[in-house]
Amino acid sequence: MISTVPPSTIFIIGAFLIPLLRGRLKSAYLLLLPFVSFINLINISEGTHWVVRFLDYELVFGKVDRLSLVFGYIYHLISFIAFLYALRVKDDIQHVAGYVYSGSSLGVVFAGDFITLFLFWEMMTITALVLVWSRRTKKSLVAGFRYLLVHIAGGLCLLAGIVLYVINTGSIEFGYIGLKGLATYLIFIGFGVNCAWPGLHPWLPDAYPESTITGAVFMWTFTTKTAVYVLARSFPGTEALIWIGAIMTCFPIFYAVVENDLRRVLAYSLINQVGFMVCGIGIGTALSINGTVSHVFCHILYKGLLVMSMGAVLHQTGKINGTDLGGLYRTMPLTCIFCIVGAASISAFPLFSGFVSKSMVMEAAAMGHMKIIWFMLLFASAGVFHHAGIKVPFFAFFSHDSGIRTKEAPLNMLLAMGITAFLCIFIGIFPGPLYSLLPYPVDFEPYTPFHVVGMSQLLFYGSLAFTLLILSGIYPPEVRAIHLDADWFYRLPGKRFVWLCERPVIAIGNFVEAISLKIAGGSSKYLPSGTADAESGIDKFYHVGLASIPTVIYNWVKHLRTEIPYLPWNLIYVLILFIGLLFTIFLLGR
Amino acid sequence: MKMGKEETEKKKEYFFDKPKNVKIFFIFYYLWLLFLLVVEPFIHKHTYFPWEEWPEFYAVFGFVACTALVLAAKYILRPLVKRKEDYYD
Repeated sequence: MISTVPPSTIFIIGAFLIPLLRGRLKSAYLLLLPFVSFINLINISEGTHWVVRFLDYELVFGKVDRLSLVFGYIYHLISFIAFLYALRVKDDIQHVAGYVYSGSSLGVVFAGDFITLFLFWEMMTITALVLVWSRRTKKSLVAGFRYLLVHIAGGLCLLAGIVLYVINTGSIEFGYIGLKGLATYLIFIGFGVNCAWPGLHPWLPDAYPESTITGAVFMWTFTTKTAVYVLARSFPGTEALIWIGAIMTCFPIFYAVVENDLRRVLAYSLINQVGFMVCGIGIGTALSINGTVSHVFCHILYKGLLVMSMGAVLHQTGKINGTDLGGLYRTMPLTCIFCIVGAASISAFPLFSGFVSKSMVMEAAAMGHMKIIWFMLLFASAGVFHHAGIKVPFFAFFSHDSGIRTKEAPLNMLLAMGITAFLCIFIGIFPGPLYSLLPYPVDFEPYTPFHVVGMSQLLFYGSLAFTLLILSGIYPPEVRAIHLDADWFYRLPGKRFVWLCERPVIAIGNFVEAISLKIAGGSSKYLPSGTADAESGIDKFYHVGLASIPTVIYNWVKHLRTEIPYLPWNLIYVLILFIGLLFTIFLLGR
Repeated sequence: MKMGKEETEKKKEYFFDKPKNVKIFFIFYYLWLLFLLVVEPFIHKHTYFPWEEWPEFYAVFGFVACTALVLAAKYILRPLVKRKEDYYD
């Protein structure tokens, strides 16, 4: 038995050595770190470790059981793959952010109490933000600011819930919570923001497609899946989650059909896939929880594979819109094959990984006789094939010939995709090793003849619909456009509010100022000299007091801009809100 | 010299550039679809819902669902939510 450290520490501390290394040594270090951390992980026995006393509470950095271990394994695996993919990136900030992001996700997964959970939770937000901003475009900058605002709001909601919960129960232990009372609802919604629930989701298709090519692999993996973990830990069997999950599987596929940016299509299909997991948590039987966890495992791999293949296309051609791409199979045959493997896995074709995991959730819904839910999931299964399974590979690699003749992706990217593609097929053919890792004993056989034929029929006849719609010209053509989503509710009013402050409020201010000057200047002729003091008082009131109110509001609000120099101001505003909120919560909690 | 290379690259015929290959692909594709329909009555069904026992339920559902999805996205969602690219600027 070797001595071990908390699972998150090797990534987080190791990350800060990266800028000190150069050349091959740095590459080797980036690839070795996940192995070192993994060896540490497998030597940790199940149970509660690293309990630290802090004030009156006990912080737990290592709550290790079968549920958290699966997440630990897959996070290490995808970290290795993501760093192999990102090996040629020269930007140290991205590497450090990547490792701290993975490390803090591990921190959440192994957290045994609310305080460590919340700390790592917020670290994930910040490091993910760095990966968005590292793209260094105007679009990524503003999308990053919106990402930050949404996640800070979600984080505050979570914190408010935690504070109330701890006041009510007197314990900071993180375990089963269940929906009862205000505190638990706040925690529930706080988790839901990171999980991209319907209505709380627009940050995801907004910010993720603007992230860096290599950072995208981390983004598509950690935030949502960690939220799935905390929900599986604290709200299993909550009925609301069944419906939330089922809606999540259905509504994004409509957006994915009309969306032009292929990485945004993948962002919508991420919400769809997380929907299956959330639904599984809501059903709450051993089979459905197993389904959720195995779906997390497979999903991280095949979604990573799809994101990597689209990243390789973006890296080689500089384009990602369906309107600009097409016919790339000619010069990027390997990337094309890997993309198709990922597409087949996410669509749950027999012999690919999605098949052995998604069917568990479907089966659990069927066993619970949930007719409507089962139909929604079946519709979503056909729909996910339609957009992620056919649309993404078809518009990038086939379709019309865009005339782009580029080279195949660099070797490290191909290797990363190749390893992931191999794992997708391996898990699909031999699900046994994956099933042995799941939290509950598995009594489930995915490869029954009926199941194989039924699923094949569903998918191939879905593809027939696609083929006929394309050939007949009915399929909606890709167009350059914005498709409004729930973010409209904060983006448009935000824009209007700034306009309101800049135009009408200032105009009123100028008007009041002009009037008061006129009164002050005009009236002095007719008044006796004794009233001069009163007059100057009135003048002061009008001129300085009233007229300056719009100016003061304007001066406040103009700092709320999405530019880096304004960041300190924005943070101060958030802090003021934060203190106000905490104060209210304490009053409520009394 | 480089131009010449690019031009030959453009002229080079790839797999799906030949109409014959596309034809062969579609023949296999349709045969496979037919096979899936034909094989269904011969397998044992383990069902949870009555409609799963209807003949070719999954094939019909897959086809109808995907068609409905595309039509709904094109004719309902897109008119509602499509805006110009500079909408938020």
